[in-house]
Amino acid sequence: MDDLIRLTPLFWEAFGQTLQLVWLSLLFGGLGGLVLGGLLYATRPGSLYPNAFVYGLVNVIVNIFRPIPFLIFLPAVQPLARSLGIVAIGTGFAIFAISLAASFAIGRLVEQNLLTVSPGVIEASRAAGASRLRTMFQIVIPEALGPLILGFTFAFVALVDMSAVAGYIGGGGTGNFAIQYGMRQFNPVVTWAAVFVIIVLVQLVQFFGNWLARKVMRR
Amino acid sequence: MTIVSLRDVRKSYPAPRRSADPVAAIDGVDLDVDEGDIFGIIGYSGAGKSTLVRLINALEPVTSGSITVHGTDITTLSEKDLRGVRSGIGMIFQQFNLFNAKTVRGNIDYPLLVAGVAKAERATRVAELLDFVGLSDKGDNYPDQLSGGQKQRVGIARALATSPRILLADEATSALDPETTQDVLGLLRRVNRELGITIIVITHEMEVIQSLATRVAVMEKGRVVELGDTFDVFSEPHERATKRFVSTVVKGVPQGEELEVLAARHPGRIVTVAIREDGIGQAEVFRTLAAAGVAVELIYGGVHDIQGRTFGNLTLALGGEPAAVAAAVAELSARVSITEVK
Repeated sequence: MDDLIRLTPLFWEAFGQTLQLVWLSLLFGGLGGLVLGGLLYATRPGSLYPNAFVYGLVNVIVNIFRPIPFLIFLPAVQPLARSLGIVAIGTGFAIFAISLAASFAIGRLVEQNLLTVSPGVIEASRAAGASRLRTMFQIVIPEALGPLILGFTFAFVALVDMSAVAGYIGGGGTGNFAIQYGMRQFNPVVTWAAVFVIIVLVQLVQFFGNWLARKVMRR
Repeated sequence: MTIVSLRDVRKSYPAPRRSADPVAAIDGVDLDVDEGDIFGIIGYSGAGKSTLVRLINALEPVTSGSITVHGTDITTLSEKDLRGVRSGIGMIFQQFNLFNAKTVRGNIDYPLLVAGVAKAERATRVAELLDFVGLSDKGDNYPDQLSGGQKQRVGIARALATSPRILLADEATSALDPETTQDVLGLLRRVNRELGITIIVITHEMEVIQSLATRVAVMEKGRVVELGDTFDVFSEPHERATKRFVSTVVKGVPQGEELEVLAARHPGRIVTVAIREDGIGQAEVFRTLAAAGVAVELIYGGVHDIQGRTFGNLTLALGGEPAAVAAAVAELSARVSITEVK
């Protein structure tokens, strides 16, 4: 317990890093996921822009990268980061890797949520003379907004998990703190303190996500 | 004047399996819809009527043939030009297909937004339409707060937003209860009479055709098997499919179990008399039978009103002296169509 008090400033610094890691990755990964998911949805046979080639290609890429365990994904994308001029270690690389992994996972979530929009609603938009692009942005996405918010909330929790793993490559954050001062120094109090704030963070975000989704869906 | 014209229209979908033939959903349809008509297309599910209506506003491309709307062949237009065509054709759906994320006002506003109408003008138009469909107090509600009938009213208001000259109604009342159906049919009649909009009604319900359509096409297996004024098609159905549809609302000659029950109850002769406008009236039929001393009992059938014209089939049990009955029936046969039932 004394150790924990001594480590408090470091602890909050690590927590701040976690927030930064997660929010930035959620931003980049969320945008990447929207693009991938939108592509998968729109190019699927019978959809707005059916294109078997693009659909097949994106589908295979997502299927290849999504199942890779994040701990292995990290070193696996180090060469890619270097080739893009990103230092392959530390916080910057952690954000890059989490965003990339999150793009594939969120892409699937987005695709699934967009698929819940009834084809009849899309037909009504097209029958009103709307272009396919307008139908996508003014009808399909707003209609799926509630489930999308819940999907992103789910993704946030997964990202917190990934950010902890990123501690292993010096990504910083609460995960790193728990490994360094809790696990390696055999101090369960420190480990559990880290676990506790993460639980609180996840709860708060989940409540907020649920509230927002309910507001959007008016239920 | 013809507003929609179809010539040898065909639509086929790719084969479900490699070895199978392509599926012909529409197999050579010719149709002309006159401006101001309410044109009914009736058929069982799978007859191709929903596909046909989607070809008319080019939501789907034809495989071959031509479709002319307002004098323009739409089968050769680009996607961009087709958007203009669709904007000029309203459409309502069985499942309403309202935008759940938008308010009632937002739903009706959308086609105007798409058409690039200025904001102030849109607000005026939406208020007008809300008033027309009787939902002025529901503008800020969301679709999931409305009943089925109200949802279809919103659907109709949305379809009318851009002042189209044609309205397509795809099974528009099939998801509604009988009372609400009458409501929505009444509204469609107003749309036709007050706004002069041509309506093409797709349905599998003969009641809808009976109460609404001036002309009707009966579809079966992707073809139009019978076509004409609703009254003529109703009163003189030729095709098997048409007869089945007519029999759902008009009782014809009793058959099967119904006939057995009637025959057991009435030992004498049973005949069905067809009452048609151009033939002699009911009064004349009954007077002739009474004069011959025949006891008449009406046991089956009825008389109907379609587009203000009357017709029906009356099945009569005839009692009395067999010779007198035979003479009376013979006399009537010369003047009206009689079917000997028993």
